[in-house]
Amino acid sequence: MNAHSPRAQRLAARRAATQARIDTLSPPAAPAWAAPLRAAAFARLADMGLPEKRDEYWRYTDPARLTAASPPEADVFRVTDEPAMYEGVDRLKLVFTDGVFDADASDPVAGEGIEISRLAEAAETPWSRDLYGALEARAQAPVPRPMAALNTAMATDGVLIRVTGVVSRPVSVIYRRTDPAAEATLHHLLRLEEGAELTLLENGPVAARSSIVIEADLADRAVLHHIRTMGRDHQRIAVTHLFARLGADARLKSFTLSMNGALVRNEAMLWLDGKGGVAHVAGAALGDGAFHHDDTVFIAHRAPGCESRQVFKKVLRTNAIGVFQGKILVERAAQLTDGYQISQSLLLDERSQFLAKPELEIYADDVKCSHGSTSGEIDADHLFYLRARGVPEDEAKLLLVLAFLAEALDEIERGELVEDMQQRLRGWLERHSH
Amino acid sequence: MLEINNLHVKLEDEDKQILKGLTLSVEAGSVHAIMGPNGSGKSTLSYVLSGRDGYQVTDGTATLDGEDLLSMEPEDRAAAGLFLAFQYPVEIPGVGNMTFLRTALNAQRKARGEPEVSAGDFLKLVRAKARDLKIDADMLKRPVNVGFSGGEKKRNEILQMAMLQPRMCILDETDSGLDVDAMKLVSDGVNALRDAGRAFLVITHYQRLLDHIRPDVVHIMAAGRIVKTGGPDLALEVEQNGYADILAEVGA
Repeated sequence: MNAHSPRAQRLAARRAATQARIDTLSPPAAPAWAAPLRAAAFARLADMGLPEKRDEYWRYTDPARLTAASPPEADVFRVTDEPAMYEGVDRLKLVFTDGVFDADASDPVAGEGIEISRLAEAAETPWSRDLYGALEARAQAPVPRPMAALNTAMATDGVLIRVTGVVSRPVSVIYRRTDPAAEATLHHLLRLEEGAELTLLENGPVAARSSIVIEADLADRAVLHHIRTMGRDHQRIAVTHLFARLGADARLKSFTLSMNGALVRNEAMLWLDGKGGVAHVAGAALGDGAFHHDDTVFIAHRAPGCESRQVFKKVLRTNAIGVFQGKILVERAAQLTDGYQISQSLLLDERSQFLAKPELEIYADDVKCSHGSTSGEIDADHLFYLRARGVPEDEAKLLLVLAFLAEALDEIERGELVEDMQQRLRGWLERHSH
Repeated sequence: MLEINNLHVKLEDEDKQILKGLTLSVEAGSVHAIMGPNGSGKSTLSYVLSGRDGYQVTDGTATLDGEDLLSMEPEDRAAAGLFLAFQYPVEIPGVGNMTFLRTALNAQRKARGEPEVSAGDFLKLVRAKARDLKIDADMLKRPVNVGFSGGEKKRNEILQMAMLQPRMCILDETDSGLDVDAMKLVSDGVNALRDAGRAFLVITHYQRLLDHIRPDVVHIMAAGRIVKTGGPDLALEVEQNGYADILAEVGA
């Protein structure tokens, strides 16, 4: 590249601006062992620069509100008309209040086959030192993910979980907010040893602006279920990254239910490194009004005989915007890949918008990959059929919206959690029917 | 029970008149058949009575037990006792057949001020009715009509009718796509519902359905109007001679 080309000049300007920003930041001192890993993340960030709207990967989502030096305040939203999420489910609760681990509100950490610590106080272990920032760094190619590097550099807290057995009691990470101005940067590490199993739940409003990274390392035959709900706080600005590598015959299922929120970008980058791995990422997002929700997924098939599914459904009203960028990369070695990707939106009025960019990149010759993307409204024939049987219009619409979302919810394996989700979806739809 | 007087209907988006002064009276306890060539407006009549969008009533009235049907929402017509067995029942992925039926039944009962049917009672009832129609448990569990054969869809319509117990039943070309066995099952289901308080309007292109569901009155419809009315023999006449003779006779 010519140093004087417009592109080179833009990159130089971006780097200078990013460096100026980095100079204002002081990374957390704890844990001490993370200091060199944070420094490396800063170096990555300085090299690629913070994201800009002109970047291809940010074409549909303006990152300005994510990269601004400080976030606008956001009202603390208290849900008073619904029981707490997962109330009836036996789980180990870990609470973060305004982005800081809250030991008093959390359950005592104990359990067979599982070790848990908080990032801010975590002792140095070989696995955590090897994992912190490692998958984030790996994810920087082929597409830079500067917000994730910034997270690695600046994360103040998080949970570190190592699982050695089959843990049936879910670990439930609960986020709470009390401060209208709080910003939170959290970084979780999951290491699942061979054959280990874990269910990780996340829910609750994190902060006015938040960045959460999960790095998950699944050894052979490990199984991770990740179920996340992003609550009803309307002014939420959030970016998340799920990075996971899967060993042979490992399985990952990640589902996100997202309701409301001003700007949400959920990125996932998954590597199927071993034979026979299975990775499913799914999401249901509902927005009404000033809502911009972006699901950006990249799944790399690197070994033979793996399966991946991406199932994303969005229900949009009153100027809400939904974005889906999904890619399946099948490397030359990944014969017999089974890849599936669907992204659909249901537009409840003419003012809403769905932007989708599905991509397939295949270098192996014996694969089965399909993808589809649609955008539409409630089917008038379906609606009339239900009404002709006596179902009132609002109820009929609700049934049809739930039906639209069903394929995404089918990706949740635990039945007791699905029911809870459906209750919440129903509640949202009832509140937003007029 | 059902009184239609001088009904004129056009397509909402097009300047196309479909019903041109249709008059019909169906009394409780009776079965009326409407026969007619393609394009005579038979299906439009069923849609207008059940409240589908896309049609505009330009003149005339239609009442059920004296109540103005045409000003009611589709769901209110259903609650008032009107039922349309669709010619082409739609497939609705993601909505369970049972959930749908129970929601519909309880919505209608609620609208009429009746108590809801409990999940247990509903299950017992639907299983018994499904057995009569040879609808197996798997079909009940599937999403509405999804993956059903043509005959299964029609049986599912009759199951809904048996569950909802409407007073005025309109069957729109229910015989289309049915083989002989399915025709018998569907007809038996309809005949089991015949009673003094209920009426049927059977719309069909062919006479054969009327061998199974014996009508009291047969109407011939052409160009948006009833052009001839008679007894069951009229259907046989159509079967033997086609519509041409009758249409010529009435000058339609």
